[in-house]
Amino acid sequence: MRFHTPKTFEQAATIAAGASGLTRFLAGGTDVLVQLRAAIVTPDDLIDLKHIPGVKDISRTAEGGWRIGIAVSGAELGRHTGVCADWPGVVEGMQLVGSTQVQGRATLVGNLCNGSPAADSVPGMMAAGAMVSVIGPQGSRAVAVEDIPAGPSRTTLLPGEVITAIVLPPRGAHGGDAYLRFIPRTEMDIAVVGVAVNLRRDGARITEARIALGAVGPKVMLAPAAAQAIMGTTLDEAALAALSAAAIAASTPISDKRGTATFRKDIVGVLVQRAARIAYARAEGASA
Amino acid sequence: MSKIHVSTTVNGDAVEFLADPRDTLLDCLRDQLGLTGTKEGCGTGDCGACSVQLDGVLVCSCLVLGAEAEGKTVATVEGLSTGPDLHPLQRKFIEHAALQCGFCTPGILVAANALLAQNPDPTETEVRYWLAGNLCRCTGYDKIIRAVMDAGAEMRGVN
Ligand SMILES: Cc1cc2nc3c(=O)[nH]c(=O)nc-3n(C[C@H](O)[C@H](O)[C@H](O)COP(=O)(O)OP(=O)(O)OC[C@H]3O[C@@H](n4cnc5c(N)ncnc54)[C@H](O)[C@@H]3O)c2cc1C
Ligand code: FES
Ligand code: FES
Repeated sequence: MRFHTPKTFEQAATIAAGASGLTRFLAGGTDVLVQLRAAIVTPDDLIDLKHIPGVKDISRTAEGGWRIGIAVSGAELGRHTGVCADWPGVVEGMQLVGSTQVQGRATLVGNLCNGSPAADSVPGMMAAGAMVSVIGPQGSRAVAVEDIPAGPSRTTLLPGEVITAIVLPPRGAHGGDAYLRFIPRTEMDIAVVGVAVNLRRDGARITEARIALGAVGPKVMLAPAAAQAIMGTTLDEAALAALSAAAIAASTPISDKRGTATFRKDIVGVLVQRAARIAYARAEGASA
Repeated sequence: MSKIHVSTTVNGDAVEFLADPRDTLLDCLRDQLGLTGTKEGCGTGDCGACSVQLDGVLVCSCLVLGAEAEGKTVATVEGLSTGPDLHPLQRKFIEHAALQCGFCTPGILVAANALLAQNPDPTETEVRYWLAGNLCRCTGYDKIIRAVMDAGAEMRGVN
């Protein structure tokens, strides 16, 4: 295994594009090192991105959103009052990842690119409408987070492509988001179901909604029909029932040791209502 | 396979070692530097026995490559005591009998020390959540939590 410490993303992309064997980027390493140790993935080239200037920065975008560096850890994200105020659902998803020790290292980008269907920060980013900036041999592009996962442990990134930042859109007025997961205990477990809801209100009425589901399909995915179910409503009982039914219909879970497909469908129907209620309440409190 | 030359600071001392690119910081501490206080329970980030501070951040040293320690500062359990004087956490663990086999103890001491440095007066709930990544097969945790709370109190000078 060769260990690289490029000083720019262009160099990182060049190394990755020129590599003939297996390549991994190293952000927090909390997936890469586990896979290395278990001999699931032993890269020929490991490219540490933490020597690139700016990778630990969080800054305002010109539009009023947030640009989050690829090496910002869960703990650092949780300490950032600006992002926590605008996107509490994104932050609470990331902060559910692992223990205190894992929080000191794990990143949003690593969580996304590891490609787990149960990745806790990904539903929140998708619901928020987050984008990633990508650099590769073909130049740079911006990609919506929902277009990155391709299936378990796979992404749509092309060989040599590397993510250079995550961009959250401006929160704007009267918006709120939330992420909930179900695990059989209180800490340190993998989501059996994860749900993120992001919405905007005009008075009591919902004018925008995005909903993302985790661990109920081969990848984290948006559920447009579930979002549609609460559009224009005041999140009354009928809207919640329609929301629950749409989230269940959108789910295609497997049965495994963490839960059966039937159980997962039941849970997604419950969690989506709870997450929507939290996002709805947060939107009321929020102002531009 | 070519080795990587790493210069780093461990418990205040400048040290150098040669690491295979695949060696974790845990491997390097134990096998290259002889600092065997840091334990390997799982090697996959689940148990916390390998906890150290890297540039002041609590991490699992089994999830950090030795090569990543270049130019950084590492604090291990060996740096807790001052000469023959045990750290208050170490004394309180003995007083409260907060260990049986002791395998988890170094990691918990390092993790608890990191907590008390940033939150000198944690609630019991805060201590329990902070230490959720430190597994103990022996004690049932209660004595550990009490020892940490008591050490915090002593360090704040309230008993
Ligand atoms: C004990 C433990 C508990 C955990 N608990 C959870 C949990 O509760 N929920 C959860 O979702 N996850 C959990 N995880 C998994 C892991 O911590 C997360 O997925 C984490 O967010 C990964 O981030 P990282 O920075 O450590 O990624 P890394 O391990 O550094 O990288 C992961 C992948 O992303 C790729 N990558 C990294 N950066 C880039 C980039 N800039 N561009 C393109 N590709 C890139 C790498 O090539 C690699 O394939 C846990 C892990 C451990 C060890
Ligand atoms: S040995 Fe590192 S967490 Fe168990
Ligand atoms: S004392 Fe034995 S594992 Fe904790």
